[in-house]
Amino acid sequence: MTTTHEGHEAETFVYLCTGCPLGCSLEVDATEEGILEIRGATCKIGERHAEQEHTDPRRPVSTTVRLDDPVHPRLPVRAAAPVPKGLVAPFVAHLRDVVVQPPVDRGEVLATDVLGTGIDVIATRSMAAAAREDTDARLATADR
Amino acid sequence: MITTQPRQIASAYDVVIVGAGPAGLAAALGAREQGAESVLIVDREREAGGILLQCIHSGFGLQYFKEEVTGPEYAERSLEAAIEHDVDILTDAFVMDLTEDRRLVLMSPEHGVVIVRAGAVVLAMGARERTRGAIQIPGTRPAGVLTAGLAQKMVNLHGYLPGRRAVILGSGDIGLIMARRLTLEGVEVAGVFEIMPYANGLGRNIVQCLQDYDIPLHLSTTVIDIHGHDRVERVTVAPVDEELTPDASRAWDIPCDTLLLSVGLIPENELSRTLGVRMDPLTNGPMVTSAMETSVPGVFAAGNVVHINDLADWVSEEALIAGRSAARRVTGNPHPADNIRVIPGENVGAVVPQSVSSDRPHRISFRVNRPILEDAVIKLGDVRRRRVRALAPAEMATINIAPRLLESFHGDALRLDAFAAAEEG
Repeated sequence: MTTTHEGHEAETFVYLCTGCPLGCSLEVDATEEGILEIRGATCKIGERHAEQEHTDPRRPVSTTVRLDDPVHPRLPVRAAAPVPKGLVAPFVAHLRDVVVQPPVDRGEVLATDVLGTGIDVIATRSMAAAAREDTDARLATADR
Repeated sequence: MITTQPRQIASAYDVVIVGAGPAGLAAALGAREQGAESVLIVDREREAGGILLQCIHSGFGLQYFKEEVTGPEYAERSLEAAIEHDVDILTDAFVMDLTEDRRLVLMSPEHGVVIVRAGAVVLAMGARERTRGAIQIPGTRPAGVLTAGLAQKMVNLHGYLPGRRAVILGSGDIGLIMARRLTLEGVEVAGVFEIMPYANGLGRNIVQCLQDYDIPLHLSTTVIDIHGHDRVERVTVAPVDEELTPDASRAWDIPCDTLLLSVGLIPENELSRTLGVRMDPLTNGPMVTSAMETSVPGVFAAGNVVHINDLADWVSEEALIAGRSAARRVTGNPHPADNIRVIPGENVGAVVPQSVSSDRPHRISFRVNRPILEDAVIKLGDVRRRRVRALAPAEMATINIAPRLLESFHGDALRLDAFAAAEEG
């Protein structure tokens, strides 16, 4: 779709705001030079999202990494900041080789500057070191 | 995760909470803040946190913590808050029975069978997923047909993939989240099929989980057959008409080894039913007062056990009310009884709570049966009218009501209606 802004032909891009669960429909009129107008945002987050989504779309990234623990084989992690949309898949793939030893604190940095993005990866839960002993004790009890 | 497995279980607690998910943890916090001296949460899993532990994606907490976090972070923060308030949390324990005089029969490997008396009980058991049986898909019975949440548990907690090529039936949020998760882990997602003419998940999940990965969403289309002897080999899908009847003449086959079902949640109310609390057929959960109290005095309920919520944040907020009410009961300071029923009217599926009082403000949650795409009106009797941009069955809506609005209301019931402003006559 195209619209006219003071004599200039502009294309209209439609984005769904992901700033909150409301999901406002955002319309961005833009030319190759830049954004001319943003419509449909009902708050500041929406306006920022429209601009970000049009110029440099990013996504929150969560995945799991291997944990050396018999009870919890996976540790949930996330990127500390939104990752450029095109890099999400390689970002996740890069974390496949990471193995973490418990104990782990929530928020602990497990990988830094992944793929040169400057973005770190942090643990999203804590994991106690005692898990292994707990299990051994449990198995011993079960044997009796 | 931090745990506080109590060394011994007391024979009586002010408040006992069944379930340590977002509802149970917030109820415990609410109960302690309101003055309950001893609070016990019982959960059948090894750790507290509930389903949040496997919901590794972000999108939680914007309302409750004023910060966007992932499921495990939300769980751990909720747990920390409960622990800081000296709540006892007993995991790996099952509530076998709950009686009307609030005796709970608990069973755990560590403590055996224990009977605990409670001044008040909060039911916070959450929900489980609807299965193939619940939607009756014909076909053979091969391996590879599983609910989206079970696949989520396999991938995120246990670290293995359910298959190599998946079809997802139902556009609920868990299915959408899993479409993205499986894609990122190297599983090919052939498509998401939704029998209704509209998507059932949040808009942001349609964008970030499907559109970002070019996963097709087929509306008004459903799975009508499953093929395969030992393992799923393909499924047959077909478009449906307005009565949701599939048109087999336009059906096509999709090769796949996995079928994920994301077809809704059912409140988990075995305990509530055994106890005999009055149930609402519209929510499949207990009927609750504005204090989140069920029809059995002293037994409260909150979260997905009452009605299916879209956001953990709402569950926590509702559970705070339930926990506070439970504490008010045991400290001899209960809210006055409700005096006004709330009845679902035009295009309103179910309301929670099912009654309110005129002495304090309330928030009423509900879902519409049919989407209202633009300029919707929510009307609560003649006392409150609110215009909203749109209403969709996938998204729970709320309306607040203040005591002053009820000053001149002398009836015993308020009807809640939702309609398009243009239809108003």
